[in-house]
Order: sequence, then C-alpha cells, then structure tokens
Amino acid sequence: MSEPLVLKLQVKPLDFLAAGETAAHFKETLKSLGLPPDICRKAAIVVYEAEMNMVIHGGGGVMCLQVEEDKVTIISKDEGPGIENLELAMKEGYSSAPDFIRELGFGAGMGLPNIKKNSDELHIDTAPRKGTKLRAVIYLDKRR
Amino acid sequence: MMKMSEIEALLKARRLFDTFALEKEVEYVLASDLMSDVLAFALAASLLITGLTNIQIVRTATMLDMTGIVFVRNKHPLEEAATLARKLDIPVLLCKKSMFETCGLLYQAGLKPCTICCEESD
Repeated sequence: MSEPLVLKLQVKPLDFLAAGETAAHFKETLKSLGLPPDICRKAAIVVYEAEMNMVIHGGGGVMCLQVEEDKVTIISKDEGPGIENLELAMKEGYSSAPDFIRELGFGAGMGLPNIKKNSDELHIDTAPRKGTKLRAVIYLDKRR
Repeated sequence: MMKMSEIEALLKARRLFDTFALEKEVEYVLASDLMSDVLAFALAASLLITGLTNIQIVRTATMLDMTGIVFVRNKHPLEEAATLARKLDIPVLLCKKSMFETCGLLYQAGLKPCTICCEESD
C-alpha cells in the first residue's frame, strides 16, 4: 500500500436511522483491506462515536478515513455550534445531548472520552459557532 | 462459555430468525439500556442484553464485534433494527424476563461481566 487510501462520506444531521452507516462502511473497508480485527474495531468505535456527535450536535458534516501502511486516520469535520468547553466535554458523564437522544440510548457523555480511549492520537479544533474538526490516529504497530 | 442456542433455551427465549451464528459461543456479557456505555465497556465477542429496540442497538453490537443480542422485557426490535440484524447475521433472542432475571440466570450459568473501567479508580 504505497498511496494512502482516502474515503470521504457526508453525514446527515439528525438522521438517526442512517447514523452509523458511515462507520459501518468504513469498518467494512478496513476489514476488506485485511487490517487486524482489533484495529478495525477501534476505528469503527471512533468513527461511530464521532458520527453520532455529528448527527446529534454538529448539524451533519464530512467524515474522512485515511489508511496508510502504518496508521489509520479518522477526520470528522462539521460546521455546527462547536464545543463550548472542550475540557468539560472530555470528562466522562458530561453531556449536552437533548432528551430524545438520551431516550435512544446515546448522549451519556461517553463519546469523546471513548474516542480518546480508542485512538493513539487525538486532536480537536473547536470554537463556539465555528464548528469542530476532530482528527484521530490509530497506529497499526501499537497493538504489538 | 455458552452457545447462543443454549442461552435461548435457558432464558426460554425465542430466536428472531434462524442462523448458524446461534451456535457461536459467548463468555462475557454487557447489559445496558445506554449504548454510550456499551460502546465504552463491551468486549469483542460478548453478548448484549438490552431493552432498547432502535436500529442503533444493532449498529452498536456490530461495531463492537459482539456475538449476539438479547432483547429483554418482552421488547421486540423495531422493523429496521430487525432487518439490519438479519442482513448482518447477528443472532437476536427475544426474552420475556426482566433484565435483572436474565442477567441473574446467565451469571448463575457461569457467564462473566465485561469489566467496567473507571477513569479515576481501579
């Protein structure tokens, strides 16, 4: 694999039925490339959590998967309201999700901490009214 | 370790559809109505027990490579959730018991909990 494989998909806002399709598609792609199951699983969790955030908070956005020889990079970009207090949002249990999302089993304030737990590097650029860009990297050789 | 088909018998549950995947074995279980927590704590190849019925239950289970889903409290997955489970061939059991009783029976049968790791302790 010399050239990195890049996939980009649009994520629709508040479409709870379609939410998770991007993560499922990316996971299938990683599996078909023969990546180890634990890497596929970690990447799927990161994409799914980021996708749910985009669906719930971000007003939709673009999800990008980049696969290179030594790493998988996931980039999510939305033009939503941004994260008011990133430090708080990284704490387990802190959530600003509306009640109808909680009734569906999400919005418990575990998303960003779980993304952090499943990635080797995580960068988040966000500001109120300026959207959020998240970049998570999973290294293939970290599993050894 | 228990096969999904053995769990079906123990819980007097009903399978949503026939699949060879009911012969897969599970050792660990995560029971929750909070998918956020399932995503954070479920082990690969574990069993999901829930009373929620929306499509994201099936999505969550498959993202995590979980072996199967038991819907408790006589809940039936919504049509789109059932369709997705069939498509992805993830075995689904429908159980009339409460989550508490379901967990109790499986615990008694030797199945183990997925460890809940907390940020500040453990």
